[in-house]
Formats: sequence, structure tokens, C-alpha cells
Amino acid sequence: MSNTLTKAAAARQQAANPYSLSAALKNGGPMIWISCLIMGLANILNGQIIKGLIFLAIEIGVIAFLAVPNGGFYWISMLPGLGEKEMQEVWNDNEGVYEYIMGDQSQLILLYGIASLCIIALLVLAWQSSVRSGYKAACLKAEGKKVTFLDDLKSLLDENIHKLLMTPPTVFLAVFSILPLLYMMSMAFTNYSKEDSHLVLFDWVGLQNFVSIFDSGSAIGKQFGDVLIWTLIWAFFATFLNFFLGTFVAIIINRKTIKFKGFWRGCLSLTIAVPQFVSLMIIRSMMQQDGIINRMLLDAGLIAEKLPFLTDATWARVAVIIINCWVGIPYTIMQVTGILQNIPAEQYEAATIDGANPVQQFINITLPYMIFVMTPYIITQFTGNINNFNIIYLLTRGEPLQVGNSAGDTDLLVTWLYKLTVDQQKYNLGAVIGIFTFVVLAIVSLVTYRSSGSYKDEEGFK
Amino acid sequence: MAKKIPGGMKAKRITGDVVTYIFLSVMCVIWLLPFFWVIMQSFRDGKGQFISTFLPTAYTINNYKALFTDFNVINFPRMFLNTFGIACCSCVISTFFVLSVAYCTSRLKWKMRKPYMNMAMVINLFPGFMSMVAVYFILKALGMTEGDKIYLSLIICFSAGAGTGFYVMKGYMDTIPKSLDEAAMMDGCTRWQVFTKVTLPLCKPMIVYQVITSFMGPWMDFIFAKVIAGAKAEYWTVSIGLFNMLEKEYVDTWFVRFCAGAVLISIPISILFLLTQKCYQEAMGGAVKG
Repeated sequence: MSNTLTKAAAARQQAANPYSLSAALKNGGPMIWISCLIMGLANILNGQIIKGLIFLAIEIGVIAFLAVPNGGFYWISMLPGLGEKEMQEVWNDNEGVYEYIMGDQSQLILLYGIASLCIIALLVLAWQSSVRSGYKAACLKAEGKKVTFLDDLKSLLDENIHKLLMTPPTVFLAVFSILPLLYMMSMAFTNYSKEDSHLVLFDWVGLQNFVSIFDSGSAIGKQFGDVLIWTLIWAFFATFLNFFLGTFVAIIINRKTIKFKGFWRGCLSLTIAVPQFVSLMIIRSMMQQDGIINRMLLDAGLIAEKLPFLTDATWARVAVIIINCWVGIPYTIMQVTGILQNIPAEQYEAATIDGANPVQQFINITLPYMIFVMTPYIITQFTGNINNFNIIYLLTRGEPLQVGNSAGDTDLLVTWLYKLTVDQQKYNLGAVIGIFTFVVLAIVSLVTYRSSGSYKDEEGFK
Repeated sequence: MAKKIPGGMKAKRITGDVVTYIFLSVMCVIWLLPFFWVIMQSFRDGKGQFISTFLPTAYTINNYKALFTDFNVINFPRMFLNTFGIACCSCVISTFFVLSVAYCTSRLKWKMRKPYMNMAMVINLFPGFMSMVAVYFILKALGMTEGDKIYLSLIICFSAGAGTGFYVMKGYMDTIPKSLDEAAMMDGCTRWQVFTKVTLPLCKPMIVYQVITSFMGPWMDFIFAKVIAGAKAEYWTVSIGLFNMLEKEYVDTWFVRFCAGAVLISIPISILFLLTQKCYQEAMGGAVKG
């Protein structure tokens, strides 16, 4: 859909911009056509020597990178097979030793291959802008104007400032976000895994990984089902318990007759201020089998034997949900307090006059208003909880782990993804789970985002 | 006011208040107890993670001293300096990135604006560390996972994401009236001058917020640092160090020192966090009026 949008935008642009690519190719004449092959030629001939030389240098540089032995074309040509040669031992008669000949490394082939494809895409962009710029230079020369290189540099601080400001963030984003994502996603279609020792050489396997993960009969598929169900249960309870309990506490603090409101809120918000990894590691230590909580309960005579907080599946699951309340309720209080103060006081006064008791007031005035305002917040919280790595990893590390499983009983999709890639080196399965998580989050967020006010306002951007 | 309320209502209100106060006090105790416990533990004289009394039986400040004198297993000052340096650099870079992107998406009209914003949103939807392993491979291919280049790698990792985290700043810049820009341009300012002399000064509270938030990133994160620094202890950040103090091999000696370290880290970070909240509220409350 965005494609058609950009096309429409491009059509509008063309009317506004006389130096578009199609105009250049149509009206440019032989000089432009030649400079389609030799980038920058039109600029050089029309007096913009430095700019033209830069375009030329880009073209030569990229082509040299692609064409040299072990350059871009080599990696791209290896992409379909991902390398076949294993590392070989060769007997060297002269020296009397075995020599090792490096084989192919599929992982490097995949990375360099994708990077080379990206560079070709960039070359196409540079080519487009060189043709346009050449055409513009020719037009300007015909009109008798002259734009020097200095003028171009100056325009970077003025009408072209977005080119200057956007380039560094975009480059970082491309190299350290987009390229890795493409790379990782492509791993989902290979057998890159420690299993069957495919860590050095691996192949494309099509949708096989997706099939095995979604097949509830296979061992990995069954685990995926378990983890997915627990992730959803967790996200549901973590979100709604936090929301309702947080709202409840916020309303209590907001009671007219309660003093020291700031003090109460301040005490509770300490869990926000202290770094999460510190507080969660403290809690983990307190909840150990021999930890202080069990010790205190034993000493007080409340329990006869130690409670298996982190070692029994059910206990651990309940424990993480409760600890998440401990971490999350202050956030809700922070959010809700402002909103509560925005509810018009007249509504409550009118309700009191009509004889409504506080519970009725809460159900009929406060709750509908809160739900109306907070829906986007709740949905963001829900998606955030699906992705909540810290609380699970720092608190239980996904344990308890049943023998033979790769996912523990409290593992969410994200912590499982982390374990599969970092600890167990089953990159292909990790990538499948990553893609799946993305699809779930994308659907949820797009629905929310599309219906949110900020998106609609954005449409009105002039 | 109180006189108008009939006696029965008043009694009911007072019971309500008392119940509420008790409830809030219990909550506060539950919320503060772990922090109180860890502070007391950090002054405990002794070893081991598991003890039989809630409060220590003997007190000492040796745990704090040991953090700064015992470098055998975990070099705390070194980690502190590592994290501080990385945080400073990545905070400068990511603040610059966020400001640039926010300005361009909020104030300027350019062809790729909408596609860029959509792309940023899509990237934000991927689990952050899905790409982490791939980032590690890329950095390795660039030869940046050995020696002091690890610092550079960490700085890049912490600031690379800034290109997509511009939404709050953009939202703020959207509230600055366009007429200010136009007036400045009429007076002959270039867009660069508008950016540096009009927009940036007006965004000051938000910039402070952004600076502190990105400064705090490396202190809080430990996934990226763990994958990139791995077992090379001299490049660890504070969070990996603290995490490792609780590993089985070290926990016996290091637990009390972990508590001391946790206290030392939490104090400045909490103060910075409160500062960000203040700035954020100031920024949102006093948004620029045309």
C-alpha cells in the first residue's frame, strides 16, 4: 500500500520538480545518455567539475569493489549455494606437515552477499541522483546560470539541510539496524544451527524451520506452543493486574482527605528510579530457596518448609507476575494520577447529589473515562510485556528448566530467542521466533497506531 | 466544611481514612523493604548470600572499600570508568542524532520524510536483540570485537538506535509554532541558523531530558554489553560486573560487595532519573506558546 502512496507522491513531485529522472532521460539528449554510463560526465562538461568527479569516483569505487577477486560479485555469486568447500587437510610433501586450506564460511558469505546487494542498491540511488544532477547542470548552463561546488555546499546548510542532518543517523541505522535485521531474517530460511553441526557450512532450506516450529507434533513445535501460551498469559496478567491495581492505588492516594500525597507517591516510585537490573537481581537473591524471604517466613512460623519460589514452575510463574506488579504499579500510578485529575469534578458532584455511592461513581464515571483514555497505553504495555526481556531473564533466567527442553517454564518468546541464539547457537530457530514476534507486535501496534490521534494529526502535516 | 457533614458520615470517613493510611503504609513498607535490606546488607560484616537474620549482626564499611581495592576478580572502578566513558560518548552522538532526525521530520518537507518515519516505526517493532547477534557478526567482520575497539563497538551499539527514537522529541518540536521559523527566514537566516538559533534553544528542557536518558542507557543495559564484551573482563560495564558478582563462583565473597556496588550505582542513577522527570514535566507543562 505504501508503494502506491509513494508512486502517487512521485507523480506529484514530478509536476513540481522539473529535474526528475524521467525528464532527464527524455529531454537530456546524448550527453545525459552517455553520463548514464559514465556517472558525473554531464556535470564535468557543464562546469561542475568537483561534483562530477565525486560521482565518477563513487562509480569507479563501487565497480572496483564489486569486480575485484573476492569482491562483491564473488559474494553475490556464492549466495545461492552458501558455499560448499569444507576445510581441507592437505599433505605437504616438501615440509612434511599437514596444511589446512580454509573452506567456505556460509555465515560470512551470507553477510557479505547481503551487504554487496545493499551496496548495489546504493549505487542505483547514486546513479539516479547523478543523472538528475547532470541534467540540472545542463539546464542551468543553457539558462546561463552557474552553480559552483561552493554553492552546493552552502545549500547543505539551507534548503538541503535535511541531507546533511539525516545522513549520519541513516547510515548508522542502515549498517547497524537494517543490515543486521535482513541478515538475521535470512537465517530463518537456512539450517544455520549447532544441530547436525551446521555452524560453518549451511544451506538454504526454504520454509522448513517455519514448518517444524508450527508443527505441534515435533518436539520444538510443542515447546513453541507452550512458550507462546505462557507469553500470552504473562502479557495479559502483567498488563491488566498492573493497570487495575495501579489505578486502585492511585485513586486511594487521590482521596480528598488523604494527606502527604507526594510522600506516598514518592515512596512507591522508588522502583522506577532504581535501575531495574539492580532491583531485580536483589529480588532474585531474596527469593532463593535459602533466601531471606523464606528465612523470615520460617522464623515467623508461617510456613513449615521452604517455598519453591523459583524452582517450581507454577510458583515461579506466579512469582514473576507478582514481582512485575511490584515493578509496574508505580508506572501506572504515574500515568493515572494525571488523568484522574482531568476528570471534571462536576460529574462527581452531580453524582453525589443524585445519591451515588463511591463504588457506583467509580464504575460509572471513573472507569469509563480511564478506559477511554488509557486504551492506547494498555496496548503499548501489552506489546511491551510480550517483549519484556529484563524481568524474566534477571529474575528467573527462564528457569525452572525441564530436562530435554531448550525453553524453561518461565521463558517468554524473547528470552527463548536470546537463549536459542546466544547460548545454544540455533540461529535459524531464533530467527523464526524473532520474525513471528515481529508479526504479532506489528499487527497489534499497527491497529493501535492507525486509530491513535497522533497518526491522524500527522496526516494534517503541512 | 466538616461541620456540614452529619456525624455518621464523619465517622465513616474517618474509618475510611484510617484504613487507607494503614493500607498505604503497608504498601510503602513492601515497596521499600528490598531497598532497605540491600543497604543494610552492604554494611554487613561477613560473607555469603544467605543469612539467618534480616538485619546484619555486625556492621562495617569494608565492603565499599573492597570494591575500590580488591581487583582480583572484578575491577569495579575500571567498570565504572568504562561505563562512564561509553555513556558520555554515546550520549553526545545519540542526542545529536535524535535532534537532527526530529528537526528534519518535524520542520522540513522532503521526499523521504514519510517513508523514513514508517521505516523507523517498523524497525522499532523488532525485538531489539534479534539483530544483536547479527550486529556482533558485523562488528566482528569489521575487526571491532578485539582490544580497545570494543569500546567503539559499544558506543556504536548504544547510539545506533537513536535514529529511530526521535518520536518524543519530534512531538515536542511540533508544538513550536512554524511562524517563528518563517520570521527568522524572512530576516535572512539559513535553515541551519534556524535550527541552531531558534529551534534548539526552545527545546532546551527536552534536550536535557534526551541527554540524561541517553546517558543512562549504557548504565541500565546489559544484553548488548554482554554479547559484545563477552568474557573480556577489562571491557565490562557496571551492569555485567554486578551480574557476574552473583554468579556461583563469586557469590560467596562478592554478595555483600554486590550490595555495596548496587547502592553506589543506584544513587546517581535515581537522581538522574528524577531530573529527567522534572525536565519532562517542565517541557510538557511549559510548551512553547506562539
